[in-house]
Formats: sequence, structure tokens, C-alpha cells
Amino acid sequence: MSRERAHRAGTTAGPGVPERIKWQTAARLLSLLLPLKWRMVGVIAATCAFVTLNVAAPKVLGDATDVVVQGFLGGSLDEQELAERLLAVSAMYVGASLFSWIQGSLTATAVQRLSYGLRGSVEQKLHVLPSSHFEEQRRGDVLSRATNDVDNISQALNQLLNQLIMSLLMLSAALAMMLWLSPLLALIAVLSVPVSTAITVLVARHSQAHFKEQWSSTGALTAQLEEFFTGHEVVKAFGRQEASAESFRGFNDKLTRSSTRAQYLSGIVQPLLMFVANLNYIAVAVVGALQVTAGAMTIGGLQAFFQFSRLFSQPVGQIGGMLNLMQSCLASAERVFELLDAPEIPPDSAVPAVSANGAGKLHRAGSPRKLHVLRKSSNGRKLRAPGTSRAPWNRGAVAGRVTFEDVSFSYTPGTPVVKDLSFTVDPGQTVAIVGHTGAGKTTVVNLLMRFYELDSGRILVDSTDIATIPRDELRSAFGTVLQDAWLFTGSIRENIEYGRPGATDADIVAAARASHVDQFVRSLPAGYATMLGNDGDSLSRGQRQLVSIARAQLAGRSILVLDEATSSVDSRTELQIRHAMERLREGHTSFVIAHRLSTVRDADLILVMDHGRIVEHGTHQQLMARRGLYKDLYEAQFAGREQVPAVQEAEQ
Amino acid sequence: MLIGLMARLLSAHKGSVVAIVVLQLVQATANLLLPTLNAAIIDDGIIAGDKGEILHLGGWMAGIAAVQVITAIAAGYLGAVVAMEIGGQLRQELFAKVQSFSSQEVGVFGAPSLVTRATNDVAQIQNLAILVFVMLIAAPAIFIGGIVLAVHQDVVLSWIVVVVIPVLTVIMTVIVRRLIPLYRQGQGLLDRIGRVLREQIIGANVIRGFVRQDHEIRRFDEANKELTRNNLQSALLVAAMMPMIMFVVNLSSVFVVWFGGHRIDAGEMRLGALTAFIAYILQILIAIMMAMYVFMTAPRAAACAERIREVLDTEPAIADPATPVGTVPAGPVHAGKPVPSGSTVEFRNVSFAYPGAEAPVLDGVSFTARTGTTTAIIGATGSGKTTLLNLLPRFLDATAGGISIGGHNVRAMPLEDLRDLIALVPQQSYLFTGTVAENLRVGSPAAAGPELWQALEAAQAADFVRALPLGLEAPVSQGGTNFSGGERQRLCIARALLKNAPVYLFDDSFSALDYGTDVRLRAAIEPLLRSATVLIVAERVSTIVDAGLILVLEDGHVVAQGTHSELMESSPSYQEIADSQLVLEETP
Repeated sequence: MSRERAHRAGTTAGPGVPERIKWQTAARLLSLLLPLKWRMVGVIAATCAFVTLNVAAPKVLGDATDVVVQGFLGGSLDEQELAERLLAVSAMYVGASLFSWIQGSLTATAVQRLSYGLRGSVEQKLHVLPSSHFEEQRRGDVLSRATNDVDNISQALNQLLNQLIMSLLMLSAALAMMLWLSPLLALIAVLSVPVSTAITVLVARHSQAHFKEQWSSTGALTAQLEEFFTGHEVVKAFGRQEASAESFRGFNDKLTRSSTRAQYLSGIVQPLLMFVANLNYIAVAVVGALQVTAGAMTIGGLQAFFQFSRLFSQPVGQIGGMLNLMQSCLASAERVFELLDAPEIPPDSAVPAVSANGAGKLHRAGSPRKLHVLRKSSNGRKLRAPGTSRAPWNRGAVAGRVTFEDVSFSYTPGTPVVKDLSFTVDPGQTVAIVGHTGAGKTTVVNLLMRFYELDSGRILVDSTDIATIPRDELRSAFGTVLQDAWLFTGSIRENIEYGRPGATDADIVAAARASHVDQFVRSLPAGYATMLGNDGDSLSRGQRQLVSIARAQLAGRSILVLDEATSSVDSRTELQIRHAMERLREGHTSFVIAHRLSTVRDADLILVMDHGRIVEHGTHQQLMARRGLYKDLYEAQFAGREQVPAVQEAEQ
Repeated sequence: MLIGLMARLLSAHKGSVVAIVVLQLVQATANLLLPTLNAAIIDDGIIAGDKGEILHLGGWMAGIAAVQVITAIAAGYLGAVVAMEIGGQLRQELFAKVQSFSSQEVGVFGAPSLVTRATNDVAQIQNLAILVFVMLIAAPAIFIGGIVLAVHQDVVLSWIVVVVIPVLTVIMTVIVRRLIPLYRQGQGLLDRIGRVLREQIIGANVIRGFVRQDHEIRRFDEANKELTRNNLQSALLVAAMMPMIMFVVNLSSVFVVWFGGHRIDAGEMRLGALTAFIAYILQILIAIMMAMYVFMTAPRAAACAERIREVLDTEPAIADPATPVGTVPAGPVHAGKPVPSGSTVEFRNVSFAYPGAEAPVLDGVSFTARTGTTTAIIGATGSGKTTLLNLLPRFLDATAGGISIGGHNVRAMPLEDLRDLIALVPQQSYLFTGTVAENLRVGSPAAAGPELWQALEAAQAADFVRALPLGLEAPVSQGGTNFSGGERQRLCIARALLKNAPVYLFDDSFSALDYGTDVRLRAAIEPLLRSATVLIVAERVSTIVDAGLILVLEDGHVVAQGTHSELMESSPSYQEIADSQLVLEETP
């Protein structure tokens, strides 16, 4: 484990991170312990008591040895005195163990609380991050920060808090005792510190390059494995096994070589430090022996000194190891803090109805943001100031009139995705959004549901500006089936119930029946209790979409959003769903995103998107009359069907 | 599981392992001799007041320390080499194994899990190997050597060692026994946290859409609490174990001084033995702790070894035939012997079921797809269309019935030769990291530029490739994600066209194309495929009306087969499909 972390330290922290930021991160990490300050005071007090006893005990034991030596030299052993000293030592050791136990337990609870709080803060942050954070290319990064980095911090902290304080105290106490016993010998012992440090630094400098290479080859190898394993059918179909095996061998050999070097170099430190400690021990033995024969020291004193020099050299080695760990911990902490400091969705109250530019969209979290160890408060959406004036909004009775007024929006400033878009949908009407793949069809939905905020203009739902409606209340008016059929680990029943917590079995089955889920669920051995795991891979893509449709059906919201909801369902099932959806849509305003134009022909309003912009809007008839992109798209589909027989003729 | 795996891997490195053991023994012995020499300094040097002896023994100690550092570094070097080579070999074995897997086995494990096994899990085994080489091998030597030397110093005093060791062992065993299951459970809980977070990140918009953030926070908090509880339990156990051990060891040095003092007083023991004795008890303790540390990390590595063995022990269901029927036709003619009907594909009563599944995916499928014709397969999601196609290149093997190409049973051919006969356009358009040209050359490694362009033209991909700044040399990112779905699909088709095989499989390969492109593409490839046997899986009736044979699949059964017009008359299922699409795609 620590080895693994040391590797990370070699790549993630290192000289690239400016010292100042490192210290800031360290200070902030320590500030997380503030709520646990009394516990930490206890830890330090217990550590002090432990170190004092642990350091005093060898001295007393040395005195006891001297009693033996005197008896040996003088002829008779003073049993009384020996027993007294040894009883004192035993008592000290009992105390030392007790305090060590107290220290360990307090540290363990402190670290666990801190980790619990940190994990909780990160998770809660996920819910207030703007949607742009969850675009596909950034997901992996967010996930890795939330899991690997937090885990790394909590493991490293556990070790650091346990050992760092103790090592430092032990080091100074042992040094003090050694100075007291013999300044000359203490000097010899101290000489070993710069030597050990030089060895550690020198080796680390060399091994760093190899660690870097090891991690970059690990990355390359992982990418290649992913590619070959995911595309294994293509590899086989085209008989490329040999070629791919060869390229894998190349990466594998490279990784093996670099990791051997890195491992070897980092493994060299410990024997070398041990050698230094041994030389030191020998020097102490020789010089000490000479001192004793010269009468400057007692044998018991020398014996005590041996124990102290062990107590001294042990933490020196440990602190060396902990520096690596600290680097890795700080690198992870920085990544986690970056995530925690990422701009949040502005709190509901703080949004002006129109923010003039993109910069106003994101609200930067107050910089040295106090991180509460125990939940709440990072939750912007709970912070809506009372008394914000807005038009009455009653989510229970949303009629479903939706108006876009001069709406403009851009994901990145300067490249508008939507510009001056205006339209109105009456309650119960259906709006279709069509266009090529990647035209930005989902944007309109993102704006309507306030996954993103407008640059200018406004959107009204039942004549209320949605910018003034708390997001959660606004979203409670929507039933959504999104392109990516998202199912979580849990039973099918739980996944459907997600739309309306606490729904009765009868309601769930009714929704499932209407969405054609019931049929296939009944054929599963466990029925509705069938567990879905790993992104629901026990169901086909089409079945997963059906389950998410059932979820929206159960939710029974006023406005429906269907984003390519049926793209993976065969035409017969789709037709059945369409009938079900038509029943569901009755009296509901609906937004439908579709690839296939014929499915949206009857929509009351069609928005045609191209290259991220809405280029046309109107009804089917209006758009056909305009002879624009819609007509082209439509005719391409229509023509395709008509030309098929022609191809057939050519064949014959 | 772990031990077996390690033993097998290490057997290839016998020489190095023996060398490591020897080096570690020398290292441990050197380490153990130091306190004895130290005792000699006290007895023969200090008490005798002999400065020359002190320096002489000091010199010996320095020499032994030098031997120790050299052997330790050498052992470390060999250990690193062996451990990393074991890792490299394991990765190689896993890779080779997965290459031999059929789609079924890859599907059982899942590609991401296989990647984790070949990387993280292997790294865990490597780490354990290092620990074993560095710590575990030296531990018994130090342990036994420590006891021997302690006895050598003073036999009578050694009863302290005899008492201390079992006490320490009992304490550690009791605690480690409780720790190991806790660690194992903790790993599971950590995985659960990761899973919840992954789901929350992927499903962010759905969660927000349904306003279930509070529910998610609770769900996470539950997992978080459980993990914290588990971690706290194990941390508290460790926090209790260390002081107990310390106490026992420290107390034993008190006993050494007490009883040793009496023995010295009685003249039965030398003075230097006191210091040496305390040092040996400490070393014995360190040996026990090192061994315990290795045992404590072992459960995690054992779990990894188990996951690796699962992969390595899986016998691929599909392998080359024991006695292949010679080389099989690269074209319609087979080594002088007339081949029944070119590259005709025949399914005879074919069934397929996943092991342990109640219902078969395919049941009694029979049809003949003749050379130069197109056979289309249509049916609902999950009716077994893709499975049917996968049986032909033997990504999966039929559980009953026979499949033949050109009259040869596919199972009788070497896999490579069989797959040489087939050009596939998979459902998931998969491209590899590299350039467009490299991806196309997967189909035909020797193809020259003009051939590539020809294939691109036919696949209606020439326009967009030409528009790329680097053209054929344009980079393709992993999985081809820098191209749109439609573009990817067309590149996959071009790749298949370059292969120029006698059998073509299109698995729903036109779904991401708009209708105009689709029509142009099929018109362009039709002449290229005229001499081939073509199998197409399709969703839309409109794309297959011209097929020579249409199979209607329903729950793994062929419920009807014939041409479009025949089926329109005879098959209610086909009519239903066609009707549903007519409604969906009603002409204006």
C-alpha cells in the first residue's frame, strides 16, 4: 500500500507543484481537523505522555543495569534497589502502553470522522456542480477525484497523524536524553541525520524519473488493453491478434523494465539507511566503550544510550518514508480541493432573471470555503433567501405553457448555441426538436430544465420566469426520459419507483404495463425484484430505455421531456410505446427530441437545429413550405424509402 | 489460490529465488551477529579495559554491517526483477487468454473488469511478491536465529523467550483474525462507495430531473457510514494491538534485567549478555511483526489472485479444431476439390443458449444464404439477430445444430482461416487509436492509397475524410470518439470492404446514417458485393425489401422466411413490423 502511494507521489506531486500551493493545501487539510480540535489536543497530550514515559523508561532500566554491574563488581547484588527500579520501569511501561492506546484510538476516530466528512462533502458537491462538469470527457476525472484521491487522503492521513507527531516527539525526546547522557555520543548520533537525508534525497531524485516512466507506461498499457478488450471482436474478425499481441508485448516489456528500475531504486533506501544506523551504532559502541573504560560513563548509561539511539534512528527513517506519503497526500488533497472549490450552480435566490454575460453564470464559491466536516450547507439549493419576489408558482397545478423569449445561450463564450430564440407552447402541445446528430438538440431541454443558465432572454413556464423558480421545484414539473437510459444498482422495482418515491405496487405495475416493461419483467425469474448492476447490463439497451420510460410514466409530471426516448427500441415496441405515450401526453406539454422525422410530423411546433443553432421553427406544413433544412432532411428520408425499389431493379 | 499462483510463477525464476533466499539469510545472520559482537565489546573490552579489543571488535562490526548492506541491496535488486517479471508474465498470460476468449467469456467478465484484472490486480500481486522477498523470507531466519543466539548467550534466561513468543503470537493471531475479515469487508464497502459515485456522476441530469438529490445524499451517506464504521473498527483494533505488543516486549526486558542480574550476581552469566539479550528479543519481535504485516496484506492480494485465476482458468468455449480440415478456401474454389456452392452459408437447426440460461437465445434456426445473394434478418430487440451473426465467425458457438460456409463446417476450420472468409461491420462501430489509414488497413494491411480512397468512396466516407486537415493521416482517438456515429459507421464499412472477403456481415450497420446517405451507400457497395454472400441485420423493412431472403426472428425462432413480397402475404409478424413502420414513417 505505502509503496503504491509512494509511486503516486513520484508522479503527482513532485517539483511541479509550487511550494506555496503545497503549504496552502497542507494548511487547509489541517483546518479540516479544527472541528475535532479537542480530540487532537487529546492526541497530542497522550502522545507527549507516551513519549515521556517511553523515553524515561530505558534510562531507569539503565540505572537498574548499573545496580547489577555494581553488584557484579562490588560482590553483592542490592536486590532491594534492583526490584524498586524494575518495578518503576514496569509501571512506566504500563503507562506508556496505556497512553499509546489512547493516542491510537483518538487518532483513529479523528481520521475516520474526517474521511467521512470529506467523502460526504465531495458527494454533496456533485449535486451542486453545473451540468457541464458531467460531460463525458470530464466524468472520469471527477470520479477519480471523488474516489481514488479521497481514499488516498484518508489512508495517508491515518498513517501520518499516527506516526508523524509521535516520530517528531520521539526524535526530540530521544535526542534530549542522549545529550543528557553523553553529549559526545549524541553528536555522533546526530551526524547520521544529514547522511540519511542525503541518501534519501539522492535516491529519490533518481527514482523519480523511473516512477514517472512507470506510470506513463501503465497508462499506455491500460489504454491499449481497454482498446483490445472492448474491440476484441473486430480484432478477431480481421485476424489482427498477432499484430495486437506484438504491440502489447512492447508496452508490457517497457512497463516491466521501468517498474523494475523504480522498485529497485526505491528499495535501496532502506538498506542504506540501515547501514548508516548500524555504523552509527558501532561508532556509539566503540566510542562509548572507550568512554566507559575512561570512566566518563557507566555501563548502564551506555546500555540506555543504545536504546535511545534506536529510538532516535527509527523515527529518522520513518520520517523519510513519510515525506513521500505526504507529497502524495497533498497532491490528492489539492485535486479534491479543486473539485470542492469548483464553481457551483448559483443558489436559486441569487440568480437575476437575466444575467448579461456568460461570466455571471457561474458563481464562484467563496474562496477559502469552510468545509464542514458534517454535511449540509455546501448545498446551495437549500439557501434560497426568503422573500424573493416572484410570480406565484404552484407546482401541483402547472398548466404547462412554455414561452421562450429572445433566449440566447452559449456553452463557451463567443460561440452561441442558441440565439434570440422565441416561441410559445400552449398547454398540452407537443414540441419536437430535430436535426443532425450533434446539432445540439439537447440544449433546448438543458435550458428549459435549468441544467444550464441562459446568457440572455427568459423562459416562462405558466408566465413565471423559470429563473425565479427554485430549480428543484421547476424540475418537479418535468417528467424526463433522457437519451442515456440511466439505471442504478438496485431492483427493477426500485428503478421505476425512482420517479415517485413511495408509489404503491399497483401504480408501479400500471406504469410498467403502459411502458411495455411488465411483459419482459414477468419473464425474468425474480420479476420486479431482479437486481440491476453494472449500469443495468442484465437488460438490453431497449429494455433499459423502457424501464426509464416507466419511471417517467410513474412520475406523472405536467411537462414531459423525451430525448430520443425510443432510439434503441424496435419499431413494433416503439409503436406500442408511442400509443402509450400519446395517452400519457394527453393534456401534457411535451418536448420530443427525435432522429426520425416521421415520428414528429404531428408536433405542434418543430424546432430544426443545425450546427448548434436553431435554424428554423414552425409546424410541419410551415417548414415544408419554407424549403429549408427541414424539407431537405424530410425529403432525404422520404426519398430514401422511395429509391429502394430502384436499387432493387438495378440489381436484377 | 494465491499460493498456487505464486508457486507456478516463481518456478520459472528458481535460480533467482534461491539466490534471494541465500542473500536474505546472510543479511539476517549479519544483522543478528551485531548484538553478539556488542556483548563481546562489553565483556572483553569494557570490563577487561582492553581498548585494542574494543577497536578490533568495532572493526568486525563495521565489516559485518557492510556485508549486510551489500546482501540486502542485492536481494532487493533480485526481488524487484523477479516481482516485476512475474507481473509482466501475468499480464502477458491474461492478455493471451482474453485473446482466446469468445464473445461469451468476454461478456461474462466485461471488458472493463478484464482491464482492471490485468492492471490493478496484477500490481497487487507484484506488491505482495516484493513484500515476501523483502520481509517474509528474512523473518523466519531472524526469528530462529534470534532464538538460537539468545539461547547461546544464556540458556537459562531463554525461558523468557519461550514465554514471550507464544504470548505475542496469541495476541497477534487473535487480532489479525478479526482484522482480516474486516479488511475484506472494507474493500467491498469501498467498491460500493465508488459505484454510488459513478452512478451519480453518470446520472446527474436524471437525478436532478427527478429532484432526487436528497435521496442520493442519503443513499451515499448510508454507504459512507458503513465504510466509516468498518474502517474505524479495524483502526481501533490496530490501535489496541500495538501497545499490547509493546508492553509484552518491554516487560520482557525488565525480566531479563531482574533474572539476568541474579544470574550475573551468582556468576552464571556474563554481563554483556544482558544487552545482547534485550536486542535479540527486539529482533524476534520485529520478525514476528514483519510476518504479520505480510499476512495482513495477503487477503487483498489473495482476492486479486482469485480474480486473475478466474480469467486464466476459464477455458475458452471456442478453440481451433483438434484436427482442422486442412486449409480452407480463400475463395470459392478449394484446392482442386469442387466446393459445393462457393461461399454459401448454411444454418441447419442451429440453437444457442447461454450456459445456465432458462430459455435459448436461438432455437432451431435453419436457412441457406447463397453466394451472390443478400439475406436479411429482421426482428424485435432481443430476438437474437446479433447472436445469429456472431455464430458465423465463431465469436460464439452454437449449442446445437451445424453451420457451414461453402459446405465446410465452421467448427472444422482453423479459426484464423474461418475469419479470413468473413468481413464484418459490427453493431458498435469500433475504431482503434491511430490514423484513418491505419484503421482502414486493419481490413487489408497491404492496401495502397488509391484502394483506400476507393473503399472510402463506396462507403460514402470520402467526402468527410477529404475534408479532414490531415486526410487519411487524420488521428483517430480511442474507440473513434472524435468521429460522429454516422462517420464511424461508414469508416467501419470501408474497412470491411477493403477486406474483400467472400462473406459479408452487416450488423445493423446503417442505423446512424441518414436515409439519403444510406441509399447512396448501398447503391455503391452493391456491385462490390455481387459475388459475395451478404447477411444483414436490420431494423427497418425499407432497407431490406430488396433482399433475396428475409428471415423474421421472434424470440430466437425463425417464424417466417422468404422475400419481401412473399412475407407480406404469408407472415403476420412481418406484416406487423412493416405496418408499424408504415405508421411511424407514414408518407405525407
